[in-house]
Amino acid sequence: MIKWIAIAILSIGLAGTAYWGFQQSNQRETLLIQNENNYQRAFHDLTYHLDLLYGKIGTTLALNTNEQLSPQMLEIWQLTSRAQTDVNQLPLVLLPFSKTEGFLSEIGDFTYDVAVRNLDDEPLSQEETEKLNGLYEAADEIRQELRTIQHEVMGKQLRWVDVELALTDMDPESENFIVDGFTTIEDSASNFTETHFQNLSATLPQQHERFSFLTGSDVSEVEAIDIIRKQFDLNEDLAIDLQKSGEGAQLQTYSGSFTHDDHHGYVEISEKGGHILSYMINRDFQEAAISLNDAQKKAEQLLEEQGLDQFIIMQASQFEQVGLFQFVGNQDDIWIYPDKIMVKVALDTGEIVGFSAADFYRNHRDRELSQPELSLEEAEEKVNQSLTIEDYHLAIVEDNEGNEVLTYAFFGTLNHDTYRIFIDANTGYEVVVELLQDVENNWGNRLTD
Amino acid sequence: MKNAFLKSLLSVCFLSIFFVYNEQPVAAFSPQVIQHGATGEDVVELQARLQYLGFYNSQIDGVFGWGTYWALRNFQYEFGMEIDGLAGQEVKDKLVSASNYDKAFIRENIEAGRKFTYYGGMSKENQVKQGSGSSNQQPNNGDGQSGGTVQPTNEDEAIEPTASNVPNGFSQNDIQLMAQAVYGEARGEPYEGQVAVAAVILNRIQNSIFPDSVSGVIYEPLAFTAVADGQIYLEPDETARRAVLDAINGWDPSGEAIYYFNPDTATSTWIWSRPQIKRIGKHVFCM
Repeated sequence: MIKWIAIAILSIGLAGTAYWGFQQSNQRETLLIQNENNYQRAFHDLTYHLDLLYGKIGTTLALNTNEQLSPQMLEIWQLTSRAQTDVNQLPLVLLPFSKTEGFLSEIGDFTYDVAVRNLDDEPLSQEETEKLNGLYEAADEIRQELRTIQHEVMGKQLRWVDVELALTDMDPESENFIVDGFTTIEDSASNFTETHFQNLSATLPQQHERFSFLTGSDVSEVEAIDIIRKQFDLNEDLAIDLQKSGEGAQLQTYSGSFTHDDHHGYVEISEKGGHILSYMINRDFQEAAISLNDAQKKAEQLLEEQGLDQFIIMQASQFEQVGLFQFVGNQDDIWIYPDKIMVKVALDTGEIVGFSAADFYRNHRDRELSQPELSLEEAEEKVNQSLTIEDYHLAIVEDNEGNEVLTYAFFGTLNHDTYRIFIDANTGYEVVVELLQDVENNWGNRLTD
Repeated sequence: MKNAFLKSLLSVCFLSIFFVYNEQPVAAFSPQVIQHGATGEDVVELQARLQYLGFYNSQIDGVFGWGTYWALRNFQYEFGMEIDGLAGQEVKDKLVSASNYDKAFIRENIEAGRKFTYYGGMSKENQVKQGSGSSNQQPNNGDGQSGGTVQPTNEDEAIEPTASNVPNGFSQNDIQLMAQAVYGEARGEPYEGQVAVAAVILNRIQNSIFPDSVSGVIYEPLAFTAVADGQIYLEPDETARRAVLDAINGWDPSGEAIYYFNPDTATSTWIWSRPQIKRIGKHVFCM
């Protein structure tokens, strides 16, 4: 009898311990993941901030006027302090990390100095411009190393918590890429000249306009389905799943989705006017069989068929098996940047697999365009003289406050970089300076010296 | 009858030209018109020839970016052609007759991952940086596609570019990180549902109450369940990557949402109180 009781108690105890152990290991796993997430965030933020820093310094080199220089310097200074915070969150205290930290503090001191002084009395000296150039190169070098390590970290699913362990153990046998990589940043003294960056703000969707210029009367569900069938040549018996947007939507839309063969389609139509705002066709893509140039012709043809004439190609890019085309409005040879349309073409068959005119419908209106008050030559004088101007056009763009302004858009080169500079065509004010970078090294096979 | 004869004569002429042209040992461009944004071997050849003539000064990487564009326009200007930045037949013919293209040299250096230049009138050996290539000091360079290991490839295989087009402001690594998040959060959802999740990440970057970087938004504590439970560290599939690219390029099926939730599992009453935009698959998107 006692034997049985003992067995019962012991087995309950055992089960309890097992449960407790299980709980403990679960908790430990959760904590490890949380810890890892914090490290990952700090590291990815660091690489991002250095990219941003690098781009900001590059843009500064192309600036001409002092009004823009002080805020730019302040921004760099602020970014520097953020990057320093990122570094401080990483388990790198045991590593010699002097070069990156040294770089950050140098750039911080320099930009603070310039930002707080009166640049009209005391403009940037030749030496300081050279120093800025040097910092630009250093930023590039560190940035490239970080991006390479980042590629490895993600590609091999390396964990920072393991670095922490490796660092505390300091086992000479253990191979750890992250540790090695950071040692390389310290060691490498070579200069890299290739540059890849463009700041974020220009391409992300603007959210302030609310489609207030959209025209037409409301369409019903039945009409919406009809529009979809017509656009994609769909049979009557193919089911289209149609949904109307909820109260939270900025614009009331119908979203339709359908599947035939290996195609899955998704279309958005505005309730007001029944305009096709965007669509996407997803399927497996085969190897590219037509050129980007031929694909562009298909995209232009689509715009024509949709009655969207008066557009000009702004940018074309090949992403593996698809070509992506960005068009902007064109009115009297003035490029209307806010009226943007994207078209995606599959390069295996030439089929249109994506279309988005949401920005166009959001911003388009009848615009009264006036002639610029400044002549081309007068505007050109406002551009930094060290740039070689390669091309220009007149353009309507949005300034920082979201107002549309008429500008001269100049494309200029400096060393290996291309910049786009918008000069207000009436006041000569430097509206935006952008570093244009549309090509990036494949980090997995970074070029070596 | 006469017409038919003429036609056949013409086609014979045409074919013979074609064959003669093909027999030339010089590797030359494919028939496509090469333009800004294109990638591939034609671009490698274009850049090499422009560099040979001194118009192009950046790395030969097989991606037609801004540097290549200005180089080509300056070439067209100097040779008295229409300046349109397109490499059509006339441009290619002029390039081929004015420059040399040592394909083997270019291939070797590109595949070895070296920095090199290809200016005409200079010895080639001096244009490859010394001590570079496979013996580089980059540690533990073990991933499969790395340029550190030189494997001689078949002559007939195309030369692969060493760079890629990227949407403005996004690194390939940002795209990878977003793809991991989308895969962890929404794999198994319809395609538009995956694009919508990627769009929410981007909308948050734009929104002043959220962090202003991809990593900041994704790793914000408790923002995404896939981050909290570690699913973000799974390798994403091709669909997730494609969805991220579409979102970055401006497609937003979420209707500019900044939140989404799964109505079957969501326990927070707060999230239910947000104005809803639409439902895609298992997720409800809201402001």
